[in-house]
Amino acid sequence: MSEMIIKNGFVFDPLSGINGDKKDIGIKDGKIVDASEVKKGKEIDASGKTVMAGGVDIHTHVVGPKVNVGRLFRPEDKLFKSRIKERNTRMQMGSSVLSTYATGYAYARMGYAYVNEAAMPPLHSPHVHEEIRDTPILDISAMPVMGNNWFQMEYLKEGEIENNAAYTAWLLKATKGIGIKCVNPGGTEAWGWGMNCTTIHDPVPYFDITPAEIVKGQIQTNEFLGLPHSLHIHGNNLGNPGSAETTLDTLKLAEGIKPNNKFGREQVLHNTHLQFHSYGGTNWGDFESASEKMMDYVNKQDNISFDVGFVTLDETTTMTADGPFEYHLNQLNHLKWANVDVELETAAGVVPYVYGKNIKVCNIQWAIGLELALLAKDHMKCHLTTDHPNAGPFTRYPRVIKWLMSKQARDELLHSFKWADKVIDATIIESMDRELTLYEIAQMSRAGTAKCLGISDMYGGLAPGMNANVAIYDLNPEDMPKDPEMIEKAFSGAAYTIKDGVLVVENGEVVATTPRKTIWTDAKYPLNELVERDIREKFLKYYTVDLENYMVFDEHIHNAQAIEVETA
Amino acid sequence: MPKVIKNVGCPYCGCACDDIEVTVSDDEKKVLEVKNVCAIGTEIFMHGGDREGRIKLPRLRQPDGSVKDISFDEAIDFTAKTLLNAKKPLMYGFGSTNCEGQAAAARVMERSGGMLDNCASICHGSSFLAIFDNGYPSCTLGEVKNRADVIVYWGSNPAHAHPRHMSRYSIFPRGYFSGKGHKGKTVIVIDPRYTDTARVADHVLQVRQGHDYELFCAFRMVCHGHEDDIPDVVANIPKEKIIEVANILKNARFANIFFGMGLCHSDGRNHNIDIAISLTRDLNQFTKCTIMAMRGHYNIAGPGQVWSWVFGFPYCLDLTKKDLAHMNPGETSSVDLAMRDEVDAFINIGTDAGAHFPIPAVQHLKKHPFITIDPNVNMASEISDLHVPVKICGVDDGGIVYRMDNVPIQFRQVVNAPEGVPSDEEFLDAVYERMVELEGGKFDE
Repeated sequence: MSEMIIKNGFVFDPLSGINGDKKDIGIKDGKIVDASEVKKGKEIDASGKTVMAGGVDIHTHVVGPKVNVGRLFRPEDKLFKSRIKERNTRMQMGSSVLSTYATGYAYARMGYAYVNEAAMPPLHSPHVHEEIRDTPILDISAMPVMGNNWFQMEYLKEGEIENNAAYTAWLLKATKGIGIKCVNPGGTEAWGWGMNCTTIHDPVPYFDITPAEIVKGQIQTNEFLGLPHSLHIHGNNLGNPGSAETTLDTLKLAEGIKPNNKFGREQVLHNTHLQFHSYGGTNWGDFESASEKMMDYVNKQDNISFDVGFVTLDETTTMTADGPFEYHLNQLNHLKWANVDVELETAAGVVPYVYGKNIKVCNIQWAIGLELALLAKDHMKCHLTTDHPNAGPFTRYPRVIKWLMSKQARDELLHSFKWADKVIDATIIESMDRELTLYEIAQMSRAGTAKCLGISDMYGGLAPGMNANVAIYDLNPEDMPKDPEMIEKAFSGAAYTIKDGVLVVENGEVVATTPRKTIWTDAKYPLNELVERDIREKFLKYYTVDLENYMVFDEHIHNAQAIEVETA
Repeated sequence: MPKVIKNVGCPYCGCACDDIEVTVSDDEKKVLEVKNVCAIGTEIFMHGGDREGRIKLPRLRQPDGSVKDISFDEAIDFTAKTLLNAKKPLMYGFGSTNCEGQAAAARVMERSGGMLDNCASICHGSSFLAIFDNGYPSCTLGEVKNRADVIVYWGSNPAHAHPRHMSRYSIFPRGYFSGKGHKGKTVIVIDPRYTDTARVADHVLQVRQGHDYELFCAFRMVCHGHEDDIPDVVANIPKEKIIEVANILKNARFANIFFGMGLCHSDGRNHNIDIAISLTRDLNQFTKCTIMAMRGHYNIAGPGQVWSWVFGFPYCLDLTKKDLAHMNPGETSSVDLAMRDEVDAFINIGTDAGAHFPIPAVQHLKKHPFITIDPNVNMASEISDLHVPVKICGVDDGGIVYRMDNVPIQFRQVVNAPEGVPSDEEFLDAVYERMVELEGGKFDE
């Protein structure tokens, strides 16, 4: 394979503690090597430019059944809003929910190399893997949704962590998933009857377990197995005024639990899209930010990480395994509503949503996201996401970066809101002067996310031996542009994106593609007789798919690469 | 020794049952016996493998009207050139092939700049229109099996069209919360005819044909508290019966409405589905209610899925611009295109447009190159300029298919196709490569 050298760029690599040093990066056979080892091959002049590792997205919805419902039932999301096909690409349709091809190219343009699909219903895992096959350039992992799984609720109710671990390891293998995702634990099962669990102590109908017991049990299971990523949770009561209280109750469940893994991960709980979980007030009238209260707690904990889920003020398509939430959202906006309850496992809802620039609540949501990131002490544990496409499409990351790096950009937008005064009253965004640095942006978008996912030996950094994924942005850290728009522009179209040592994007244009991989976790913890019997019984009696057809056939996994975990 | 293969998926109806047991001959060329499968599914399995009478080579129409066997390479070349020479080719079908074939077709038609459509166009396409407008609150079939205590079949007759639907998924199975099976479930059948499905129903509403919309309105009036204002008879159903059934739905623990072509292709079409979805939404104010289309073929949900992730649209795709996809049923739907004689080459794949399209539409299509890609002889293959035999998905080819509830089912190959016969995917990929060879402009995806 080819060699390549990237010369004279300003390198930001938080995993190695490199903060803007001028440094050459060598690439050989798809891996990063010391620059001195490269003797021939292409030379990229990165002088006056910012060099980072390829981006790693810890939470996005880009492949799978509910994403595809969003595509299917929103033709209006394509009309006049799609990018025109380029010379070396397939068609690229969609704006808030992109086609698989558009997704791969759009991430690559922003310098990303790896994304983690945040919700894979286990029953639908062959669908997820089919879409992974058709998503160019990106390496992808997917998290099976487990917070409402009948097996697990039964094991956790009895406190059977070992049985739960055996089942979980089996499920990761069966679906080729990477880790444990919980969405509205217990509440989504309740939605099977049209009900919900809005606090962590609401009992789940029939199963008689509480969300708190599920969350705690899943954390213990995760650490028992020593998985690369921690429990990845979307807690109860998302998106409602006062959700911060429920969220703090959830986060406290992690207190005192220590991480157990060989991947360098430090957290035991990753709270996804914390923005949706940091709401104060009691109704939509007195709705306000609870970001300070939230970050007071989170900043003190060393075993919690989170991604933000920034609201970008766009028309978008919400989609989540939180079935009851989508139903309630639909009761608010009365647009179309799709729902898929998945037998024994989970559910999903999809509703289009417009975050209007002149809607007070939406503006407050926008402010809360930025406040969380600006209040965060450690950006290795605070990550850049829009919960794509829920709070906004991922293609807006460059705009979010602009807001984070420029108070001027934030203030201009804030004061342009119709209800600016009310928004300022309900938030603290106006008083915040902090502007994040490129180093902190690199932490939020690749180093921190890779570390929390437990893949920082391969992704998110530029140390020799790591995968040769590099993003080069036209930004000179010694001479940052006065106009914040230039920051957005630089991150929107990378000067160069290199994936596995192949130049895939040049001046914001896709020029080539690379073979992509499916990353999954092979937890080597065997099934015991009891769990094996439970699996056989549930498939015989309650599933409508045979056990042998449930496990994804090897031929349907695209370039599988397993992360192996030995459970002691 | 004959070999028994278990957990095989059935390539017949939208039930896509995956519990079939198939016994195959020692040389893996013939299916000897099948178990657990309905009468129609049995026939499909028996058609597979290297049996006598199966078409094994492409057949090209000669100037004198006869057909001549040609090699697959010649068929690939003929198909590629036909697509490249046409200004607006149409590829239609896909009810009976796997998703791999559907993805390969998408690539071929994107490059050739043509129209791409599937059988939903003449089937549940009107349901798609309603889904675009109003959403789709649905569930997987296992939810119905485990939770439902009220089941509605509206304008569908599974006793004939989906033979194992009632026994596997809806009325008869004993699920987790439905341990009493049939006894614990209330079955409502709404249809103008007294169908065989109606025989197992607790309530049969013989709606006046073409007046379903009015009956939905009446049910919604009950949901919204206006039952007193319902006329004495609506669509041949007495007011008292309407209120009784509406209350059964409202008081259900979990209700599901299965709807078929009787609803989406009688008067009202997409509007019937639209209001069915609205009724489902209304019922969720009181209880849990879901709705599901009785998709016809085992993988007719497949192209809707595959093309949605590739192009963002499930059917009626206009790819003629080559850089943006477009969809506008009525303008870009197969039958309308054919009736207007807008298409100058036609590929019929995994279906039989010759049998299903109106005769004037077929007459227009027949003026231009007409190709059929299908394992079997059918009406379309017999009027084609070229008939390409391929493997039968689910019998001599595996692959992923989507059941009527959009759950992916992994199919297995149980016997070997006659030597040299390609799958749909293999054939279409070869056509793509040939087009690139002829046209240039290769790029990796």
